[in-house]
Amino acid sequence: MAHIIETRGLARSFGTGTKAVEAVRGVDLAVADGQVFGFLGPNGAGKTTTLRMLVTLLPPTAGEARVVGHDLRTEPIEVRRRIGYVAQGFSSASGMTGRGELEMQGRLYGMDARTARDRAREVLEQLDLADAADRPARTWSGGMRRRLDVAMGIVHRPALLFLDEPTTGLDPQARAGLWQEITALRGSGTTVFLTTHYLDEADALCDRLAIIDHGRIVAEGTPDELKQRIAGDVVTIGVPDRTDAVLALVVRQPFVREVTRDEHLVRAYVDKGESALPALLRLLDGEGLAPDTLSLARPSLDDVFLRQTGRSLRDAA
Amino acid sequence: MSLLRDTWLQFRRAMWLTLHNPVWVVVGLTQPILYLVLFGPLLNSVSGDGLTPGQAFDIYVPGLMVQLAVFGAAFVGFGLIDEMREGVIERMRVTPSSRLALLLGRAGRDVLILVAQASLLALVAIPFGLSVSLEGLVVVMALLVLMGLLMASISYALALKLRNEDAFAPLLMTVTLPLLLLSGVLLPLTLAPDWLQTIASINPLSHAVDAARALFNGRFGDPSVVPGVVLMAVLALGGVLIGRRAFERMVA
Repeated sequence: MAHIIETRGLARSFGTGTKAVEAVRGVDLAVADGQVFGFLGPNGAGKTTTLRMLVTLLPPTAGEARVVGHDLRTEPIEVRRRIGYVAQGFSSASGMTGRGELEMQGRLYGMDARTARDRAREVLEQLDLADAADRPARTWSGGMRRRLDVAMGIVHRPALLFLDEPTTGLDPQARAGLWQEITALRGSGTTVFLTTHYLDEADALCDRLAIIDHGRIVAEGTPDELKQRIAGDVVTIGVPDRTDAVLALVVRQPFVREVTRDEHLVRAYVDKGESALPALLRLLDGEGLAPDTLSLARPSLDDVFLRQTGRSLRDAA
Repeated sequence: MSLLRDTWLQFRRAMWLTLHNPVWVVVGLTQPILYLVLFGPLLNSVSGDGLTPGQAFDIYVPGLMVQLAVFGAAFVGFGLIDEMREGVIERMRVTPSSRLALLLGRAGRDVLILVAQASLLALVAIPFGLSVSLEGLVVVMALLVLMGLLMASISYALALKLRNEDAFAPLLMTVTLPLLLLSGVLLPLTLAPDWLQTIASINPLSHAVDAARALFNGRFGDPSVVPGVVLMAVLALGGVLIGRRAFERMVA
């Protein structure tokens, strides 16, 4: 199976007639098996609505989708068997123990009592929850309850795991811990589809990204591709007393798209900073120009987001 | 995935949560006894028309049981609103497990609690002079099960629709109070003026109360019994279908 999620023209509107609101207006997605796929968008862009359609909670009003090889409309139960879903916010009852919830979740996926018990123990250990397993969830920290949500999402070893803003509201340590779990899941072959408001999260975790705005996909690609499409990388060279010579040299190079000067600093805009930097360094050396400072900067995903949606992701969150 | 298995899983989980909340267990079980001890003695004063205190209890206790069923089961939706807020319902709706089981497991717990409360009530009422046949009690319990299933299903359906306590609480009070007053649970409606009896006869609960009273007094052949039970069975089935739809349709 090349693509674990494939959608064509997936759409959802709420209400009817003149009051109808088109939340999602035809989304085409292809998510390859084994990836961590990030789904970004400002609030109200259609992010959660798309996710809720993909996990069978919301029937689409138009379009088609196959999720883990099964048609979303005609075989929702088959889809449910093969996916895990971790919603925004907690999903465990505060009165239940972590172990109780996990065993129940396993049984809901058809495991017998013994299998569910063994599997719960395994997942509790995997997510470092074994010590607290028999205490009610209300006594757990936010980070632990979030890990329990993830545990319930993977108890049946789904091929595809949906995470809706998995680290929102977590402290930095809990967040780092969850990142590790997500990376480990990917390592074990699970495809992860996640939404997030944090660009560093998207950058650190995701193999590919899609940005949705006003119900449509406005950009898609690897984080690096998206950043390059916007501006390219910037190499900044500082040779205080011979700035003019540097400028003259840099401007002649075919791989440099654009050059700007800021007093003693020369900025070269290039497609691939990682290969342009050593090349420029060699050229400068050949001319006997020894830089005081030399730096490489890449556009951030925030620049990408701003360019695509007109809003900063941080403001949108 | 069989419906029976999934219902059992949901029932077990719901029951576990209820039993691990000791406050609820105490309140739930003392409530019927409070009614009996604090309201029952008043019946001695209204039983002047040749009724012995025991006969007054034969009339009052079945009414009290219906009241338990209506009030107890009508309010179960509050628990479901909590579960929705905790994200539990949505999580379970993404599993391949039956959605009807989400309803039936919870309603099953509610009905079992209702039967326990009603049994305790009957037991405590015996020293006060209640006389009831075992057969009569069993059939009344069956009637209560149907009534509890109806009220719990409707309560869950409304909770799924309204999603918050602020809308749910006033609606419940508006519906349940007239429903109870017009069912003759406190005193038989034969004491009521004609216009009140006419309105009450539209209330399905009044027929259930009539049937329960007849059964308590061992009048199995009473004309109120069969219509009362059949009516409740049909309504309970309708309630379950409405509840199932609500669990399947829930959109947020």
